[in-house]
Amino acid sequence: MQKVKEKIIEAILLICSSITVLTTIGIIIILAIETFQFFKDVSIVEFFTGTEWTPLFANKKFGILPLVSGTLLTTFIAILVALPLGLTIAVYLNEYADKRFKAVIKPLLEVLAAIPTVVYGFFALTFITPILQSFIPSLAGFNALSAGLVMGIMIIPYVSSMSEDALSAVPNSLREAAYGMGSTRLQTAFKVMLPAASSGVIVSVILAISRAIGETMIVAVAAGQEPRLTFNPLNSIETITTYIVQVSMGDVPQNSIEFRSIFAAGITLFGLTFILNNISFWMKRKFVQRYE
Amino acid sequence: MNKLEAKDVNLHYGEKHALKGISMGIKANSVTAFIGPSGCGKSTFLRCFNRMNDLIDNCRVEGEILIDGRDIYKNRINVVDHRKKIGMVFQKPNPFPKSIYENVAYGLRINGISHKKYLDETVEKSLRQAALWDEVKDDLKKSALALSGGQQQRLCIARTLAVEPSVILMDEPASALDPISTAKIEELIHDLKDRYTIVIVTHNMQQAARVSDNTAFFYLGELIEYDETSNIFTNPAKEATQNYVTGRFG
Amino acid sequence: MNNARKNEIKDNAFKVFALVCTSVGLIVLGLLLYNIISVGLTRINWDFITNLPSRRPGKAGIYTALLGMIWVVTLTLIISFPIGIGAGVYLEEYGKKNPFAKFIEINIANLAGVPSIIYGILGLELFGRLLALGNSILAASLTLSLLVLPIVIVATREAVKAVPGSLREASYGLGATRWQTISRIVLPASFGSILTGLILAVSRAVGETAPLIVVGALVYVPFAPKTPMDQFTVLPIQIFNWTSRPQSGFVVNAAAAIIILLMFVFILNGFAVFLRNRHNRRVKY
Repeated sequence: MQKVKEKIIEAILLICSSITVLTTIGIIIILAIETFQFFKDVSIVEFFTGTEWTPLFANKKFGILPLVSGTLLTTFIAILVALPLGLTIAVYLNEYADKRFKAVIKPLLEVLAAIPTVVYGFFALTFITPILQSFIPSLAGFNALSAGLVMGIMIIPYVSSMSEDALSAVPNSLREAAYGMGSTRLQTAFKVMLPAASSGVIVSVILAISRAIGETMIVAVAAGQEPRLTFNPLNSIETITTYIVQVSMGDVPQNSIEFRSIFAAGITLFGLTFILNNISFWMKRKFVQRYE
Repeated sequence: MNKLEAKDVNLHYGEKHALKGISMGIKANSVTAFIGPSGCGKSTFLRCFNRMNDLIDNCRVEGEILIDGRDIYKNRINVVDHRKKIGMVFQKPNPFPKSIYENVAYGLRINGISHKKYLDETVEKSLRQAALWDEVKDDLKKSALALSGGQQQRLCIARTLAVEPSVILMDEPASALDPISTAKIEELIHDLKDRYTIVIVTHNMQQAARVSDNTAFFYLGELIEYDETSNIFTNPAKEATQNYVTGRFG
Repeated sequence: MNNARKNEIKDNAFKVFALVCTSVGLIVLGLLLYNIISVGLTRINWDFITNLPSRRPGKAGIYTALLGMIWVVTLTLIISFPIGIGAGVYLEEYGKKNPFAKFIEINIANLAGVPSIIYGILGLELFGRLLALGNSILAASLTLSLLVLPIVIVATREAVKAVPGSLREASYGLGATRWQTISRIVLPASFGSILTGLILAVSRAVGETAPLIVVGALVYVPFAPKTPMDQFTVLPIQIFNWTSRPQSGFVVNAAAAIIILLMFVFILNGFAVFLRNRHNRRVKY
């Protein structure tokens, strides 16, 4: 009797965990089916090589490259901000700062990641863009630069906290060995500790990139809705995520080709982040094994 | 008939052969001490008696272990029911993060007993048997984690007694305690002997000599010698035992 | 200049640089808060909270968005917590060595990195169209539940893992079954840390915008939702909508709504940090 009850409970708990697998399968199936439908009407070659994206116009063109370039541009700007800042902060907190300072600063920086992204969008559009415009008069009202910069600030804690964790995991004996051979603190930090923690640091950067690629509200609010194949950060652009939001907010009839295009855009986005997440997962595996 | 009986017990952890062909019998209402250097298998062997080793991955037990003549490694046995009859006290006091009362009542509650009066009586009786009642009777609702280490260990003993086992296994019950608490535990073991069969693993040879009727000496996974305690300490048959009890190694 | 002196200068230069870097993040955080408060604070009054949406910024309020958010978040809690805790317990207590559990683990790590807007697409198709829930509160809550599930699972696993094995042994030693040990010992002992994770999951759900837009949350809801099948809007979407309007009055409204939203987020996060600290100090096994 009791054995039966135990078995039933185990089965229920197993079902709970299986829901996560069903989620993944659901995402893949839904994206695949709708994208398949989409490619009945649109040439797959045009989709991946076309340089114009105008599904909502009378003359529909379905080249994803402008959305991809918009996504990569804002991501690139964000990483340009977050990588040096986050890494420097991680090294400083690990090697220089005293415990109390670290105990205050780390959670404070993590507040940056807790703020809803629509708030950052508002901040980029109404505060950062006007300030930048006073230096760069040619800056458009919606632009990749402002959105990218703010996104970069947002993902600082992803880089700094996770890299700092990786640095803390490096055995202290390594640090002592470096000091013992007469290295300065700076040399120890950058020539011994950072290389030793490199896989952890790379994981943190990859996850930050993946986060930036999938970020929606900042770019939807501040970067504009003009798909264009450009790497000029002063322009208004459109990212994959913004396009999905744009269609969802509009009155596009379901089952139309415009509607299906969000699934094609979605699978592109999913593919990009899926690859990055898997790389980071396998790196993390390797990294954990090394210090156990 | 012996209360506990082991017949040619072998135990493997993966590749490691941790217990090698151990056979011994333990009489009812006696205290038996297992001694030997660290890693000799004495704790592992103790844990065979309530199948605690089942919780460890890739652990394999061969041979027979009989309690009241029944083999507990036979397939048909219900491990959970079996463990209720065999109490266990661990090396470090491990009270649950609950009140003193709930710690003692735990074993009854998991058997579906919720009758208030019966619970109250059993809690009191068990705490009295564990010589803890007078110290905690006014604080039964207090967290068990607030007790001192020695009190915690006696609480763990009371918790074990509450389910009325016939055998109590003790895995170095006093090794984490101060001398005064240790003395109290030893006294307790002596008192409990009338009603329970007690097996105690200890590092401390004086302790074995003080509390036990019989002593078994283990070395490198083998049972080297098993005899009345007085014989083991004054007139051992084997040289290895002699060397260990006189402190030449271990 | 000798070598030692040069090294010292480099060392100090780095220290200054690092402090500047650290401050950049915090200064931006400060500017953001200052900007929003200075624009929006004076707009907050009781009418702003209790008014229905309106075309005139001065009369518009966040009542429906606030209620919609409470509905969505509460339902998300009810759906995701039991499932997430159950899954976390399974992976940590039952599935240690079976290959399926390993597979689930990889899967969860992956899910945690899927962009939230993709969950929106899943919700739109699966709950909205396939289960015909449309753009209801229930569809949105189910979508957010899947989104926060990895957070709840990971938090539960960490909490359960931290319960010392000696407590489990003691419980098994007294003849408890596996589930008795989990439900009476392991879960109560890890409750504090699980709660911390749950609160962070709620905080995430409160600020989530993109997936709800895709599922079909409306920007203009003239009535307060009464059942889970009603249409809805939430605070972040209201903010998004106001931010993209040209009239400056709506920007002020957006800032005011952001203040309310941030209050929720900060209170939840502060509470989580408080719980974590208290738990860390209290429980020493």
